Amino acid sequence: MTVASAKQTTGSSPTPVKRRKRFDRQGRMAFWLLLPAGVAVFGVIIYPMFRTLLVSLFQVNSALATVTPFVGLGNYEHVLASPDFWASMGRTLYFTLVSTALELVLGLAVAGLLNAKLKARWLFRTIVVIPWALPTIVNAAMWKGIFNAQYGSLNALLSQLGIIKDYQVWLGDPTLALNMVIIADVWKTVPLVAFFLLAGLTSIPTELYEAAQLDRASWPRIFRSVVLPMLVPSISIVLVLRTVEAFKVFDIIYAMTRGGPINGTETVAYYAYQTAFSDQNFGVGSALSYIIVVVILALSAVYLRLLRRSDMSLL
Amino acid sequence: MKRATRNSILIHIAAWVVAIVILAPFGWMVVASITPQRVLITTPLQWIPDSWDFSRYVTIFSGGSDGVGTTFRAAMGNSIVVAVGTVLISMVVGILGAYAFARLRFRFRRAVLILFLATYMLPQIALLIPLYLILNSLELLDTTTGLIFVDCALVIPFVLWILSNYFMTIPDELEEAARIDGTTRMGALFYVVLPAARPGIFAAIMFAFLLAWDEFMYALIFTSSDAAKTLPVAISEFAGRYTTDFGLVAAGGILAALPPIIVAIIFQRYVVSGMAAGAVKG
Repeated sequence: MTVASAKQTTGSSPTPVKRRKRFDRQGRMAFWLLLPAGVAVFGVIIYPMFRTLLVSLFQVNSALATVTPFVGLGNYEHVLASPDFWASMGRTLYFTLVSTALELVLGLAVAGLLNAKLKARWLFRTIVVIPWALPTIVNAAMWKGIFNAQYGSLNALLSQLGIIKDYQVWLGDPTLALNMVIIADVWKTVPLVAFFLLAGLTSIPTELYEAAQLDRASWPRIFRSVVLPMLVPSISIVLVLRTVEAFKVFDIIYAMTRGGPINGTETVAYYAYQTAFSDQNFGVGSALSYIIVVVILALSAVYLRLLRRSDMSLL
Repeated sequence: MKRATRNSILIHIAAWVVAIVILAPFGWMVVASITPQRVLITTPLQWIPDSWDFSRYVTIFSGGSDGVGTTFRAAMGNSIVVAVGTVLISMVVGILGAYAFARLRFRFRRAVLILFLATYMLPQIALLIPLYLILNSLELLDTTTGLIFVDCALVIPFVLWILSNYFMTIPDELEEAARIDGTTRMGALFYVVLPAARPGIFAAIMFAFLLAWDEFMYALIFTSSDAAKTLPVAISEFAGRYTTDFGLVAAGGILAALPPIIVAIIFQRYVVSGMAAGAVKG
């Protein structure tokens, strides 16, 4: 015991030279510990990143193109001048804003329920985790079946309840279809958001609630003055993650509507996919994906600035 | 007291509503998967069919000349190989890296961590074509190895983030005590940090598994046959080909969803404590 404490004191107050040495040793160790992760992640993405950037500066009109003239920023100009691009951008922004907002609000409510004193709380938590675990493609197929114009259960339910008279073609109208895709996405994602926020909720010390209750604060007041401020870090993380994810949305669109009807659900990632793989226009497709990266970086920068201002930042 | 009971009743009602909204669509898919086709296409819809029909599950499990069963079973195998392989590699690599972020002091520590997390912002579409060419030249196209390779790059940043946050909540003293007794850093990591980090590790495993199981875009472009096609790709093909047979798509979808749902239910109780640390500390 005495030896141990003696060692500890020498360890905690080293001479500057010693500290420098230890720092170097830790640095070398960190390098070796991080090397596998670095190789596995950056080994896969660095070259493709540069390659795509390069391709975005050339005109590449097929997978086997032999003549690929350099066009500089021509592909970017082409994209930015294209009304299809701006339309897809608008839809993506709408999808991102509406789905993220709904997921956040509903996620907060569900997180509160997950945290509440419920009978059979384990059962409730088990049920809530199901949509989160459901694969996106299965979720899309399921909602496509539910929204089916002839045999879908939504039409059956609403007409049997007398809410609608005639069967609706839910995925037949561009605007309506985009909203239906949002419903499917929100249903799947609210549980994920709720569990994230629940993690934040459970780390709020109970003394804070008790103190607020002693002061006879009302529940809305407790929510606003105690819960919300303590949840700021969790909410910010969820906001960044969900915004980035929603902006990149592809899978659910591919499986539910393939961008249709009349491009009504064609988001910018799907538009880039179409341009590159259906139209075989790899140059423009690459430029498009870099524009997505820039927009996501800009959005994240705004969020991180807000986060930092909140003084409880992640990074 | 009275207000408390009223609140409790309201909370229970709300929980019921949420549970029904979650279970109803899923429940309908389950019922549809065992409803005879002729009942599925009657209008008005019969919620509870007069007879049950398990033939779709039979088709999926025991072959069928049209290839649905073969494709599905191959895809299930591929998905398991890809997900388990990705989780294993990501966890080993992630634990080592997270330990460095949480416990060691080195230059550019924050910058390196941010760099890892920033990869999340890259859309997969931006990497698709060059990766296709690389995998092609390495002869890894249409192989599960190739998919594990690219999936790990998606999953590792998440694992690093969850684990390094969790490792930071484990008191330094625990590790110091072990090291004073002569254990090396690696020894301390394995015998002290890892056992204490169990919730964080389980949370990371669950995240990694769900991410890998759900991955679609890489699998869509990089696989083309039963040799490596994963379940999401197979299901999306079924849904495209058998547009009129929702029952078959539903049956396949439920089977494809079972592994992640089981994993999520088992690991669910660790996720809250495993991330609780992550959300506050940073």
